[in-house]
Amino acid sequence: MMLKVENAVVRYGAITALHGISFEVNQGEVVTLLGANGAGKSTTLRMLSGLHAPSSGTITFEGQEITKVKAHLFTTMGISHVPEGRRIFPEMTVQENLEMGAFGRKDNYDDDMERMFTLFPILKDRRKQLGGNLSGGEQQMLAISRAMMSHPRLLLLDEPSMGLAPMIIDQIFGIIAEIRKSGTTVLVVEQNAAQALRLADRGYVMENGVIAFSDDASKLLHDPRIRAVYLGESIE
Amino acid sequence: MLRVFQHHMVKRVAGAILIGLLVLVMTGPQGNGSEPTSGFTGSFSEHMSFFGFFTPPRWITFALLALVLSLLVMFAKYSHRAWRRAQESGAAAARAVASAAARVKYVRSRRSGRYSGYALLVLLGIFLPRIITSQSWQTNIVQLVAVYILLAIGLNVVTGFAGLLDLGFVAFYAIGAYTTAWVTGALPTSPPFGIHFNTFFAIPFAIILAMAFGVVLGIPTLRLRGDYLAIVTLGFGEIIFIFANNLYGITGGSTGTNQIPYLSVHLGPLKYLWGLTPQPYYYLTLAFIVLFLMIFSSLEHSRVGRAWVAIREDEVAAESLGIYPLKYKVMAFAIGAASAGFAGVITASQTLFVTPPTFSLSFSINILVLVIFGGMGSIAGVVVGGLVIQGFVVYMIQSPPAWYNPADLYMYLGALLIVMMIFRPAGLLPSRRRLREVTQVESGVARDQMLTHIGPHNRVEEEL
Repeated sequence: MMLKVENAVVRYGAITALHGISFEVNQGEVVTLLGANGAGKSTTLRMLSGLHAPSSGTITFEGQEITKVKAHLFTTMGISHVPEGRRIFPEMTVQENLEMGAFGRKDNYDDDMERMFTLFPILKDRRKQLGGNLSGGEQQMLAISRAMMSHPRLLLLDEPSMGLAPMIIDQIFGIIAEIRKSGTTVLVVEQNAAQALRLADRGYVMENGVIAFSDDASKLLHDPRIRAVYLGESIE
Repeated sequence: MLRVFQHHMVKRVAGAILIGLLVLVMTGPQGNGSEPTSGFTGSFSEHMSFFGFFTPPRWITFALLALVLSLLVMFAKYSHRAWRRAQESGAAAARAVASAAARVKYVRSRRSGRYSGYALLVLLGIFLPRIITSQSWQTNIVQLVAVYILLAIGLNVVTGFAGLLDLGFVAFYAIGAYTTAWVTGALPTSPPFGIHFNTFFAIPFAIILAMAFGVVLGIPTLRLRGDYLAIVTLGFGEIIFIFANNLYGITGGSTGTNQIPYLSVHLGPLKYLWGLTPQPYYYLTLAFIVLFLMIFSSLEHSRVGRAWVAIREDEVAAESLGIYPLKYKVMAFAIGAASAGFAGVITASQTLFVTPPTFSLSFSINILVLVIFGGMGSIAGVVVGGLVIQGFVVYMIQSPPAWYNPADLYMYLGALLIVMMIFRPAGLLPSRRRLREVTQVESGVARDQMLTHIGPHNRVEEEL
């Protein structure tokens, strides 16, 4: 088991955002966290990347407890976070953004840079352009490749499809599949349940700060509760 | 009726009248106990000179001043527009100026161009005492130009590079100055280890102590961001000032320190005394300015510098990439404090004693103005900004024109700053990154929009 979360409670002041959630991610899997706005998906990812420590419960990564570890140490442990809203550096060029992704590394990362450019050829063309001048889809690609520059074993993705055109979303999910093939475990938070479930092995569904139910992705895709709430009836 | 007040012109005029009334009353005569309203009525009826032309009642003077000011702003706006139009229509003079500006930009963009620019500045620095030979001019240049530039390049590290608004930067300058007094035994407290050090040793002491205070202040406060940080640093500046003013047993209180000896070196065969003449102080300060500039500029292009840019642009993203924001912010604070600490030594050892009023809030703001005027984050800009503004200040002290009243200095500087903000909002010689930030904000692209922009084409691209 790669990542294990047990009874995690997260509070923002007086408000409890997560009421003791438990889930796990195995080596080599793609796991998705689904849920409506305010269900606690982003809070879960913030907690998993050290940006907001849980007030109780434990998080274990590769057998090591990481509950209280600070955010900036996560990349060196092998966890990389693509934050919600992409958050690329708008005044840095594409290349500089990628270099920031390798900030914690002391070794040579030229090969990885090339790998990212083969994965996202458009970024190679835009190498010298400012991050802020990229389109939304390109920014998302940059955010993902920036996170990959630290060679993570676990990649956390927060709403990669947010605000993107359907064609771009397909492309992004294709890349995520590619990343998984290369051996990186992926935990993806999504509102776009159909896309996420087609890609994922397993899924957890969150409601009001708890995990309501979980199952294999293929089963969830046909689960009537999911179909009613997240998919409407438009799928397939 | 209410509709009228919502019109923006009416709002603007009404706002200006209200501010004018406030200033009118605030700057008016004081009241007295027997006639409590006399201060208020006197504010309107007493006579006040309008630039020495004639002396009408105060309210007329103020109305005229408001008129002049609004005409100036209108003229500035109009000339700005006319300038743009002239450039577009291709008037010969406008084209010439524009191409000269483009040329400066091109030269600055080339490494060789930049280095020859720096070399020119250093040469000018070295030969300046040969050009300006008056002693009082030179003293003022050391105290009001060189020391201010030292402080501005230090603050530039904090505010320009790391993006931390520090309104209490004067605190580190005060620490440098008081450390000099302490080390040489000019304070009521005994010097460190009971030894009266040679003044020259105050330099390492002051720099190290200022940096240490940067760390001590930074660790608890730099967890805050933006406006909150500005308020806390403001408080720190005031605390240092009040400490200096009130701790009679330690700092000598409001009367200041005892006499600090002149700067001197006495190391084996190396002996030198910085005496009454300003020139040796000038060269020492110049050497340290160049040294600090070299250190700061290599830092800017190092790993640390890139971490600062990342934190300035998006702290959360930086953190998620393995950059510990607190560490790099504290570093910026400590490094910036180093040059301020050294500036304190120069002031203390040349003016020979230190008093608290030097370290007021207005001093911090003055330094910040130099940084903004020159161009935040641009080392060359900050140096040139310091030269221009402080050069103007020294000129006004040394050979004031007949119409100039020293009390009005900040009025002129304020006007200069306003004009700058209209014509060059990113500063005199802006750093490339900062210039982009300002132009994008000006064209209505807020940072949040840039980050979460939806769709295949970004507005930024179209508008730039």
